[in-house]
Amino acid sequence: MLKSTLLKAVAATALSFSTWASAHAVDLQFYFPVAVGGKAADTIQELTADYVAANPEVNIDAVYAGSYQDTVAKAITASRGGNPPQLSVILSVDMYTLIDEDLIIPFDDYLTSDEDKAWVEGFYPAFMENSQTGGKTYGIPFQRSTPVLYWNKEAFKEAGLDPDVAPANWDEMVEFGKMLTKKDADGKVSQWGVRIPSSGFPYWLFQGLTTQNDVILANSEGNKTNFDDPKVVEALQFLVDLSQKHEVMAPGIIEWGATPKAFFEGQTAMMWTSTGNLTNVRNNAPFEFGVAMLPANKRRGAPTGGGNFYLFKGASEEQTQAAVDFVQWITAPEQAAKWSIATGYVAPRPATWDTETMKAYTADFAPALVARDQLEFAVAELSTYQNQRVTGVFNDALAAAITGQKTPEEALKEAQAQADAVLEEYR
Amino acid sequence: MRSLKIKRDWVHGWLLLLPAMVFLFAFTHIPAIMTFINSFYSTPRGRRSAKFIGLDNYERMMSDPVFWKVLWNNLWFAIGTIPVSIALAIVMALWVNERLAGRGFVRMAYFTPTVLPLIAVANIWLFFYTPGFGLFDQITGSLFGWSASNYLGDPATALNAIIIVTVWKEAGFFMIFYLAALQAIPVSLKEAAQIEGAGRWTIFWRITFPLLMPTTLFVCINAVINSFRLVDHIFILTDGGPDNASALLLFYIFEVAFRFWETAYGATLTVALLALLSLLAIGQFFLFDRKVHYK
Repeated sequence: MLKSTLLKAVAATALSFSTWASAHAVDLQFYFPVAVGGKAADTIQELTADYVAANPEVNIDAVYAGSYQDTVAKAITASRGGNPPQLSVILSVDMYTLIDEDLIIPFDDYLTSDEDKAWVEGFYPAFMENSQTGGKTYGIPFQRSTPVLYWNKEAFKEAGLDPDVAPANWDEMVEFGKMLTKKDADGKVSQWGVRIPSSGFPYWLFQGLTTQNDVILANSEGNKTNFDDPKVVEALQFLVDLSQKHEVMAPGIIEWGATPKAFFEGQTAMMWTSTGNLTNVRNNAPFEFGVAMLPANKRRGAPTGGGNFYLFKGASEEQTQAAVDFVQWITAPEQAAKWSIATGYVAPRPATWDTETMKAYTADFAPALVARDQLEFAVAELSTYQNQRVTGVFNDALAAAITGQKTPEEALKEAQAQADAVLEEYR
Repeated sequence: MRSLKIKRDWVHGWLLLLPAMVFLFAFTHIPAIMTFINSFYSTPRGRRSAKFIGLDNYERMMSDPVFWKVLWNNLWFAIGTIPVSIALAIVMALWVNERLAGRGFVRMAYFTPTVLPLIAVANIWLFFYTPGFGLFDQITGSLFGWSASNYLGDPATALNAIIIVTVWKEAGFFMIFYLAALQAIPVSLKEAAQIEGAGRWTIFWRITFPLLMPTTLFVCINAVINSFRLVDHIFILTDGGPDNASALLLFYIFEVAFRFWETAYGATLTVALLALLSLLAIGQFFLFDRKVHYK
């Protein structure tokens, strides 16, 4: 009798305490995009639920907002309508756009202790290039990736190549590609040597080529591009030559989405695509495959890609503080390891790779380490003010050269002139 | 007394119109006027508000090569889709109007593309067009030994590939209107002609087709509007590429307004689209109307 009364009293106290807590809870709205398979959304929801369970004074409403494009459109529209989210994951390259729209605030004001400052230093520098400008940190890397080269070991064996060695440089890629391209008497190709997709956002993989050719496409202020640099022209000429001159890649625009499938079907022996596809390839390739860094030319190189956390204007002090705390928690080693394994995204902090979970994963699946090792050579993804428009102009130029409507030089010169016209007002 | 009644009728009438009018103004007229006004201002950015710039946006539009390109594309798209889908619709309607085995099934089969969402349809067609292992390549490869194609990745064929999807999607929809119209034509006319000894072609050309004219006018206007309106599949199939070879006017407007966030220039392009559509609709009603035989 006494026991049950006591229990009731405890329950009642707990109940009133929890209602009190929720009445004072900080509510956060958090938009996130999903650009890879279905597991990503579940993992984010799971992680958010874990955080809320551990921090009952915070409520987080994690909203799946579609693709990256959809998410930035939604965040901008919501902000203009006076109802911004407090936190969102958006492409790292949209940083200048969001600053220009005056929608985000830097993390710096909320990271004042020495511990916090050390935390910002703890990310891979390659990821921070797209996250900082003017000495301030606007983005915290989260779902970040980089392109890598996947190769079909069986096809390599069949062509008389060492199945464990990927091409180390451009010349080797062409040479291997020639050996790997299977053509019948009519000139009908059943297997191409290499596949660098060029639909939608060709600039991203192309930036691999330009970096390897030792040229940077845009300055870090985001107001000047380098599209008509002779080294960029040379890189584009190489891309065009892969299908026109060397005939190791299919002609025309190559679809990004169908690329992993073409690889599984044996249509191509090598492909360039995001590490975000790693888990997909691991689960679906019907043959042994290898993952390597992109081949080098003048140097090794690749762009980074993917999304950052941004803090939006219009939130209360408490909300922003809670949002920062959540970001620190979700990028901490254990959580980041879980996220990285579920998707293939590169864990953004070196510390993550030292966790037991991550060590067990990479011991079992070594290709996951390639992307991390490539970060040393990686540069910021092309990003400027009015980013979508400037990269749009650049994409059109690449497509025109790839489809043979314009020469690389001509196309890039026009693109540079158009980019200059757009960016002039930001200089 | 009488004037009071007129006044009451008048109030009554307006009250009945009010709900429809509120929606029409809120979602059609006011946005159209706002768009028109916005087209004379610069795009507001967070740190700079919009300022009046007169006709600058229109000058930019006139010298924008992409605008002219998408306009031409749209013209070809209209020429490619409208006559073919209407002709197909008439043929299909005549066919399923006859007594044939499994008529219900055939009608349903023709109408299915209309029911399916365009985005889903585009994903299926994306697989058809995929180079190498797509349906078309598998068929042409095994039957004729053709090598892999790249219909969507080649500027010469990308727009045509989109046109085919659109015709497939639209013909079934227009068929329904023609089917309804065919069933409204009295059989006696056809029987009388047969007694006179008219052949099938003469009956179609002299009786059926003229009697279908009101439907053709309606379908034509819809087809013209659709040729400016249907862009959903472009997002999936080509994203406007390569180098804007398959971009249409509305697609470009979306891109400018919601990818580049140049809402003012987007508004200018929208005004151009509105002007074009109104011209076409007016033209069709005035020119076409004379040739239409109403019962």
